[in-house]
Amino acid sequence: MKSFVDKETVAPDGEHPAELPLTVHDLTVSYNQKPVIWDVELNIPEGSLVGIVGPNGAGKSTLIKACLNLIPANSGKIEIYGKSYQENRQLVGYVPQRESVDWDFPVSALDVVAMGTYRQLGWFKRVGKKQKQQAMEALDRVGISHLAKRQISQLSGGQQQRVFLARALAQDAMLYFMDEPFSAVDAATEEAIIVLLKELRSRGRTCLVVHHDLATVSKYFDHLVMLNMRVVAAGPTDEVFTEENLRATYGGKLSVLDAAAEALKNVKHV
Amino acid sequence: MFDLSASDLWDVLSLQKHNTRLVVLSATLLGASCGAMGSFLLLRKRSLMGDALAHATLPGIGMVFLVATLLGLDGKSLPLLLAGASVTGILGMGLVLMIRKTTRLKDDAAMGIVLSVFFGIGVAILGIAQNTGGAAAGLESFIYGKTASMVKADFWLIAIVSVLVCLTARLFLKELMILCFDDAYARSQGWPVLFLDLVLISLVTAVTIVGLQAVGLILIIAFLITPAAAARFWTQNLVKMLIMASLIGAVSGWLGASLSALLPRLPAGAVIVLVGSAIFLVSMFFGSERGVIRRYLKQRRLNKRVGRQHVLRAAFEILEDSTDSDDVANHLVEWSKLQAHRSWSEKKLKTLVRWCKADDAVEDAIEPGHIQLSEKGFAEASRVTRNHRLWELYLIRYADIAPSHVDRDADMVEHVLGVDLVKQLETELSEDLRLPKSPHTIEIEGEGGAQ
Repeated sequence: MKSFVDKETVAPDGEHPAELPLTVHDLTVSYNQKPVIWDVELNIPEGSLVGIVGPNGAGKSTLIKACLNLIPANSGKIEIYGKSYQENRQLVGYVPQRESVDWDFPVSALDVVAMGTYRQLGWFKRVGKKQKQQAMEALDRVGISHLAKRQISQLSGGQQQRVFLARALAQDAMLYFMDEPFSAVDAATEEAIIVLLKELRSRGRTCLVVHHDLATVSKYFDHLVMLNMRVVAAGPTDEVFTEENLRATYGGKLSVLDAAAEALKNVKHV
Repeated sequence: MFDLSASDLWDVLSLQKHNTRLVVLSATLLGASCGAMGSFLLLRKRSLMGDALAHATLPGIGMVFLVATLLGLDGKSLPLLLAGASVTGILGMGLVLMIRKTTRLKDDAAMGIVLSVFFGIGVAILGIAQNTGGAAAGLESFIYGKTASMVKADFWLIAIVSVLVCLTARLFLKELMILCFDDAYARSQGWPVLFLDLVLISLVTAVTIVGLQAVGLILIIAFLITPAAAARFWTQNLVKMLIMASLIGAVSGWLGASLSALLPRLPAGAVIVLVGSAIFLVSMFFGSERGVIRRYLKQRRLNKRVGRQHVLRAAFEILEDSTDSDDVANHLVEWSKLQAHRSWSEKKLKTLVRWCKADDAVEDAIEPGHIQLSEKGFAEASRVTRNHRLWELYLIRYADIAPSHVDRDADMVEHVLGVDLVKQLETELSEDLRLPKSPHTIEIEGEGGAQ
């Protein structure tokens, strides 16, 4: 069993690592002196749909937040398209967990989505026609443009998740980080999100998605990062999504293993 | 008890009384700026921050007085006192942030500690200052607020600071909005969240410091938060909320200061807060967006609609099964059958039928013990039943719910199905536009066929 994977297993042959959407080298993050993720090495190829799986407390959100410079790393280097996060920030879109904000905030869906255009708008300038149109288009792409005027607390959980996705879309990034976009959404939203992810991939965008449902991993993602404080395995889903790696990632949590065994059947025999 | 006449009151309110004009204007302007800044504090979930800040100003006031008196300066010079207040106020804020960062204590605990410790120190210093001689008398007015001593310079200070604060907030509106809604996202986008928080805290500090004299450090928090909280009941839009909060703050300041000018034994701060609280109470009950009464009425309307539709559907289903062709043609439904259909209590059904009658959907029949559906009522009954069955069919086919369980779920949803959704259901189910049969009977027929 490999505790982490070297660069070549993830990066396509012949491609220079500096041009990859995301490279993570030797990343260690800790909260209050207790390490949460250790020695993470990742090379994410362009245009891939990457699932990040692992048990609760494995550091999935931490990994994303460290990549986005939201929490300080103890050591390590993170590069976005070969440059530091600060330099290439405009290429990065972020979809936080839905629970991370107060949905009772007095703004409409359109207002929230328009926040995706703020950076490009710059300091002190007001949201104008162009930004509103951009926001409407993004809402349309996630299928809820008819709810643009609705106050955000009056949206269902799935619709709120779509608003967050639309906000990231309005920015038109190259690399998207999504923290559990599939958690607690209805079937129609899940379907809409996966269609959107595949559309993004077809346009050369790269998405890293924290995911919980092992049963859908091989259906949704072409690449996989299996994380449990360290990277247990990373690479194309059909290579790394094995029973051995699952056991190494999830340890003795049987209920999860059962679900995984079920998922594996689908992988192996289809 | 109080010597209060209507013409006096009008003179004060309309700023015609020279000696109260400045005070009333100051309180109005202060209220407007405090309302706006309080809205941001409320939305940033830092309501108590203003309180900690205000209490932390007291040691600064006491110390400046002591030092200035020792140096032979005027210890009661307002600019000096406010400068001292700002220094310890900001120091207090810094301590809150530091405690939060370096320990595992939460915000509320950190603010509680800073608030009480600084206030304690402040009271002690004021005590010492008072022992040094009678000159310190009047410093306590910063604790409870005292508008009577205001001079023209104070008014200009409040006016300029209020206008500047509001203009700055307007300039940073978009940035403060993203900060308050989703600071992690803002940071990921490259907005300097720490700097924006500093802008917000500086603006709050500015209105708090200039407001100390008028409202006092204990009550300034109410001036910040009450108008914002009241405004939230009236609107779901941030800009409207800011404007509403400013207005409510201004009205509280205006009315409060005017009343207090006429009733000299009541400190302005207290009256202003009381007026603000009254507006808050009114907003809480009558607020057009989130007020208690509106919510209650909304819930009641829904209950009414659901109840009515249940009666109509029950009547329709009874007519559907009825063998008496007279009854069917005249839409006659026997009361006892109706009551048994959903096991309503007599009293409950009477209320429901009364609601139906109010809408002319149902009328009393000539035949005793019967009610009669009107044309309008029958049409609605048939539509409601149809929606119910469409939804049931959808649940059975697509949501994998057992036919015996769909009735309850359909019961909840059918009342809120919009026209669009019904159309969508029709296409999804590719049913023709006739009334679909109850899936319960379909199921029974299916079982019969299998035998």
